[in-house]
Amino acid sequence: MDINLNDLLRQYKSHPYEDHHIDTPHTGVVSFRVKEGQEVKGPSGQWLHRPGTLLYILEREKNPKKITSSFTGKVASLRTELEGTFVQAGERLLTIQHKLNRDEIIDRILRKVLHIFRAPQRARYFFTPETVTFLEKETEKGLSVSTGDEIIIMSLMKRDTFLPYDGPPGIIYKVYFQQGDLVEQDAPLFGVCLPEKLPFVQKVIQRIRTEWDD
Amino acid sequence: MDQKYILDSGKYLAGLYDRITYLGDIKGSLAWGRLDQLLEKVQETRNNIFEFTEKELLSRIRDLEDRIRFFEERVAKTLRPIEIVNIARSVQRFTLQDILENVYDSFTELGGEGDCNIDPAVLVARATLTRRVKNRLYYHQVMVIGHEKGRGEEYRNGGSAKPWGNEKALRYMKVAETEGIPIHSYIFTPGAYPTEDYPGAAQQIARNLFQMSRIRVPVVSFISEGGSGGAEAIGLSDMRLMGSRGYYSVISPEGAAAIEGRIKEGEKVPQELVEHCAAQLRITARDNLILKTIDRIIEEPPLGARRDDFSFFRKLRYEMIRATDEVVLKTKSLRAFRAYALKRQARESRDSSCEDFDIHIKWSLSDTEKARLLECRSEKYRKIGKGFRQLRTSLGRKMEKARDSLKQSYYDIRYGLLRHHSRSVQKILEEVSSEGFIFLKTVTEPMRAAYDFVFPKPESPSATEVFDPFRRSIFVQDWEHYISPLANEDRTVTCPNAEKYGCRDLWVPDLYGEFCGVCPSCGHHFPLEYQWYLENLFDKDSVKEFNSHIASANPLKFEGFDKKLKKAKKRTGRRSAIITFDAAVHEIKLVVAMLYSDFRSGTVGCAEGEKFIRACDRARTTRRPFLAYIHTTGGIRIHEGTLGVIQMPRCTVAVREYIDSGGLYMVVYDNNSYAGPVASFLGCSPYQVGIRSSRIGFAGPRVIRETTGADVPPDYHSAKNALKRGHIQGIWDRRDFRKNLFEAMMTMGSPHLYYK
Repeated sequence: MDINLNDLLRQYKSHPYEDHHIDTPHTGVVSFRVKEGQEVKGPSGQWLHRPGTLLYILEREKNPKKITSSFTGKVASLRTELEGTFVQAGERLLTIQHKLNRDEIIDRILRKVLHIFRAPQRARYFFTPETVTFLEKETEKGLSVSTGDEIIIMSLMKRDTFLPYDGPPGIIYKVYFQQGDLVEQDAPLFGVCLPEKLPFVQKVIQRIRTEWDD
Repeated sequence: MDQKYILDSGKYLAGLYDRITYLGDIKGSLAWGRLDQLLEKVQETRNNIFEFTEKELLSRIRDLEDRIRFFEERVAKTLRPIEIVNIARSVQRFTLQDILENVYDSFTELGGEGDCNIDPAVLVARATLTRRVKNRLYYHQVMVIGHEKGRGEEYRNGGSAKPWGNEKALRYMKVAETEGIPIHSYIFTPGAYPTEDYPGAAQQIARNLFQMSRIRVPVVSFISEGGSGGAEAIGLSDMRLMGSRGYYSVISPEGAAAIEGRIKEGEKVPQELVEHCAAQLRITARDNLILKTIDRIIEEPPLGARRDDFSFFRKLRYEMIRATDEVVLKTKSLRAFRAYALKRQARESRDSSCEDFDIHIKWSLSDTEKARLLECRSEKYRKIGKGFRQLRTSLGRKMEKARDSLKQSYYDIRYGLLRHHSRSVQKILEEVSSEGFIFLKTVTEPMRAAYDFVFPKPESPSATEVFDPFRRSIFVQDWEHYISPLANEDRTVTCPNAEKYGCRDLWVPDLYGEFCGVCPSCGHHFPLEYQWYLENLFDKDSVKEFNSHIASANPLKFEGFDKKLKKAKKRTGRRSAIITFDAAVHEIKLVVAMLYSDFRSGTVGCAEGEKFIRACDRARTTRRPFLAYIHTTGGIRIHEGTLGVIQMPRCTVAVREYIDSGGLYMVVYDNNSYAGPVASFLGCSPYQVGIRSSRIGFAGPRVIRETTGADVPPDYHSAKNALKRGHIQGIWDRRDFRKNLFEAMMTMGSPHLYYK
């Protein structure tokens, strides 16, 4: 958990992007359908059933395969010299730079510094009644938890199970679900911050909130 | 008169206002003939009614009325089909509620009221009708079922019945059947609400048609706005009436225009194309009467009846009673009917007051009359909708007829008379031997020997014979003699599920050869041509096509359709989108109807319907199982208009008769099966199966998006989801088709089938 927050912040400031590298899934002849610097879109629609922007066509054995973008962002380091040539599997063709906005950066930083407690299975989750009252009253202070505390109830098929907290002791900094939400397996429920790091984290987040412009 | 104008001037002006907006509805906009200016003037007069002197007001009203009347006459003179559609859709047109209030004497709404209802678009009521005969009153009880377009109320979906609404209609039809009262159905629907939620639009319409084809009470229907499948759901009847300003169509003119003009989703359909399609589809009452898809027209005023047109309601009441009388009388002796018809004609020539009846006719039927009613209904539907061409001489047709009747008697004797006796003798023998009296064996043995001599065992295999693994395996198949032409390419293809399941690319000769078009890792079925099934599903050389002389035609003279038809015929070398043939699976003979995609996307028109019915009848006479294999169907062929729609009830009637006679009717869907056929003669089968990776549904995703405004998930129509919703009973792998079909024939179906 020893992460230098200043370094992290500096890193994000110098390169506020998340890079997605696009490699060929198999061999074939490449023909690009995008240009350097072009904005591309990821899949859309309620069920993500509309494919994203067409990036390139990879043809092997007279089977032209359309490769579409899974991310939204800008095309960078496009290897135009590979246009029309036969490439090996796993060859890097381009990178999609996804520009991070303020909330995404905060979220990423928090996930790095907090200890995340995840849902063990798909179910409805609740805080215990005492926790709820405490959270409502002491909004400023935050609830401190220690290992073994039973603060979460997992409700499945009318059976309620108390889940013990298994991470290091600290203060609940962020809650990722609403009371009674149906949470998928492995989705984060809440993040715990170590008490000594809390003031510093708060300061950094505050700085991002005020300084970062989308 | 003048005094009346002044007293009621406010009301009168409001009436004028409505008349102008109605004209605007018909013409599509108020811009026509500067109607908006006229409307403004009426509104101005209404607002400043107290500013005018009596004389001024009177002359103003008269002037306005003259001008409106002039416009109305002009519109009435040049009424185009699209304007008739607008009349039928106008908010000022009468609705079912108006009919219930004005045509019937009293009514009780059943299954909810207003929005407190499982489906407010479908209205069901028990109603009373009075008949006056020589100053005496007689009461008739009827079940009124229809669509309520809803006086502008949103929750009614403009009369689009949801599946559960149609289910409600069916439930109360059964109530009427139990109580023995006639059903009056009123059709005011632009189409059924396209949703696959249980029971599913298509499946429910199919169930309704299946039940209505043999419902044992008279059914009379009246069409004001008849939109395809939605209309058929309550429209299968003994007598079909239609308002002279209503429309009855296979598809909305807008929908037809979008298909004809290949308009992309979200783009606007050009108005001229919509009008053109409305004219081409032959949707008006007069056209439908000529096509014989309806029996009679009820005359409305030139611009259509509106909600306060009481003289029309009187006429409607008279016509509904008369139509029900006729249906009832047809089931009775011929003499009585003739007498009635003569009387009626004589009276009608005298006056047209539409008030009095000369005789009272009871609407309850005896058992024999009910049987006759069903006969009449079947006859009626078999007669209509015959817009196909027969490429055979009259001599050939006569020979065919003679052969058919010969065949009928042969099969009646072979599987009816002889088998009936053999069964009863067998039953006695079994009963006697099961008593366990061994000493009787000496007596029964010679008897059994004599019986076996008189009724030798049928040549067709019995179940045990075929399942015996030592003598013959059902897995032995001579596959290799046919390989799909799709395999002749040296290239690879990607499975659509490759991303999800990591399927590898497939080499085409492998895929379409050895793998039978199935992805070996995920089981996705790639489409195969229908010939593959002809060759691989049935025993070698057992496929014998019949009725191939029946050819699709262009009965409506739809512009440009002849060319398309010619092209399809040339491309496929066939004359219609259906192939009907005799075939055998492991030596069990069966009759097959196969709709295939190459010919106009497997759409059903008159020729297809006729061939289907003939195949159904053939299966009934020969007592064979009947398989409908749907390679692909795109629905009812829109170019054949209501003649195509009428194939839905027609074929369902034939299917019902086949099933009732003890047949086994199985439907197997492959690739894409949508709309009309699924919502009628396919969906009514008790055994429906999907081939893997097929899609089954009522309306496609685009139509659902455009009508309901909600998007649907990409796998909405998949066979898997159809199975989850209970629309089909199983999913078969293409490679197991033959085996499963054989098993199904051995285990399902009644003892009426020839091999049982």
